[in-house]
Amino acid sequence: MKILVALKQVPDTETKIKVAPDGKSLDLGDVKWITSPYDEYALEEALRLKESREAEVTAVTVGGDKAKSVLQGALALGVQNAVLVKSEQTGDPMAIARSLAGYAKDQGFDLIFLGNKGFGGDNACVGPMLAELLGMAQANVVTKLEVLDGSFRAEREGDAGTEILEGTLPAVITAQRGLNEPRYANLKGIMAAKKKTIEERDGEATAALVTVVSLDLPAARPEGRKLEGDARTQATALLGLLRDEAKVL
Amino acid sequence: MILVFCELKDGAIRKPSLEALSEARRLADAASLTVGALFVGADNAGAEGAAQYGADTIFKVEAPSLAAYSSDGFAQAIADTVKAKGATVLLGAATSAGKDVIPRAAARLEAGYAADVTGLAMADGKLTCVRPVYAGKAFAASTFQSPVQAATTRPNVFTATVNPKAGTPETLPAPAGGFLAVVKEILAKGTGKPDLTEANVIVSGGRGMKDGANFQILEDLADALGGVVGASRAAVDAGWGIPHSIQVGQTGKVVSPTLYIACGISGAIQHVAGMSGSKLIVAINKDPEAPIFKLATYGIVGDLFEVVPELTKAAKALKG
Repeated sequence: MKILVALKQVPDTETKIKVAPDGKSLDLGDVKWITSPYDEYALEEALRLKESREAEVTAVTVGGDKAKSVLQGALALGVQNAVLVKSEQTGDPMAIARSLAGYAKDQGFDLIFLGNKGFGGDNACVGPMLAELLGMAQANVVTKLEVLDGSFRAEREGDAGTEILEGTLPAVITAQRGLNEPRYANLKGIMAAKKKTIEERDGEATAALVTVVSLDLPAARPEGRKLEGDARTQATALLGLLRDEAKVL
Repeated sequence: MILVFCELKDGAIRKPSLEALSEARRLADAASLTVGALFVGADNAGAEGAAQYGADTIFKVEAPSLAAYSSDGFAQAIADTVKAKGATVLLGAATSAGKDVIPRAAARLEAGYAADVTGLAMADGKLTCVRPVYAGKAFAASTFQSPVQAATTRPNVFTATVNPKAGTPETLPAPAGGFLAVVKEILAKGTGKPDLTEANVIVSGGRGMKDGANFQILEDLADALGGVVGASRAAVDAGWGIPHSIQVGQTGKVVSPTLYIACGISGAIQHVAGMSGSKLIVAINKDPEAPIFKLATYGIVGDLFEVVPELTKAAKALKG
């Protein structure tokens, strides 16, 4: 069984967001870079299949040299191969999906795992796009996965409740929190990872289909009002304000 | 044409779909385009309701093989309709199905895609969309470079507006079947309450709730206000049995209700990212310095275990 895990390097989720002087990109001055949190569940699921099914796991990311650190992290956790698909980041998710598809096609992957959403762009769409580009089944926002012989059974979060879906392999699976409990790297793994090589490939030169033209911080909310008195007085006052002033009830 | 993928539930069009349809109508009127509402399924009873919300044409792709949702089957039906009708804009609501199928259809159409948009504008046939990025800490405006432009609209942001149009029905051929992945079963939540992302009122609890069992007082208040209960990450991670599915925040759901009542929630940036789009925020917290008060239109410094039951009583009195 061959498994691909696509990882994304993103700004730390605690990053204070500042807009760069160009008015359309993130000020990278103080940014600490991490692997997107949902990708950790994707990686863990692949590693579990490596252990239970003797699967061969390849980690891939699309980006520049800086993105190698997410691959180092994946090697430290035990993936056998790591690939950097070199590409300029346009911010267009379809460009990422095309670069990933360009790498993955004809490689015979049975499963491709991603996080259900990359922090930052928040489009949550590279998984479904990649599945379409490769003509594979997809299961999105997955909280439970059972890999069978040539097929899979997954549970995903739907609006009406948990959806149980069945599909054929090969498939693209996007991981949601709850799928598993990701492991941490140990010192031995980190040291071993340093000796491994990261394969580099040139990505497909594709024009962006969507371009960010401006980035703005949300407008500050006006100063609120604190309600005085005991619990009953506060409650009555609040209900009155919600009904008569804010008109939301 | 602006084509809107619409979802039905219990024989009626879902509210997020009506919001997308209404926004499509507004864009189409400004750009002299038509609006098509698209329904995919085995039985699309209730689809005719789209005429009330501005659909010039109501397309149905119907086949027994479409009775259960399939990402690839539905994406094919949507993409085929876009092509057959020459639509230049494809919209859907950013529901769990919309976020699953519209990007797949977009890839099939080589269309640019923007998720979860909160603002749309159109000039000379070109769409500009505004959408939250970095979990709502910033907003990006994007333009498209593709002939077909696809987007999903965030629920509870656009207004569903009655604007009756012809709604001429048209049935289109269905994909052949043999889909790659199909939903076999839905384990319904069984509450009959709206999903967090669609709810008008959310009563949310944080670390200050002290225990999972105490969430009952939030349930009572939510019931009295016709809302649902949410939770902060601190509450979900505390091991009180609060499910992640109701977590609001950067690593949970992003919500934009009319009214958000934060109970015992300090207002960590991780939580704020998920709820700062709420139209009105109320904070109840013991700590007068809690950052949540900076966001709250109305703040109550006090013991939530006293205030929340009083609020429930007052809400019942108001409604009753």
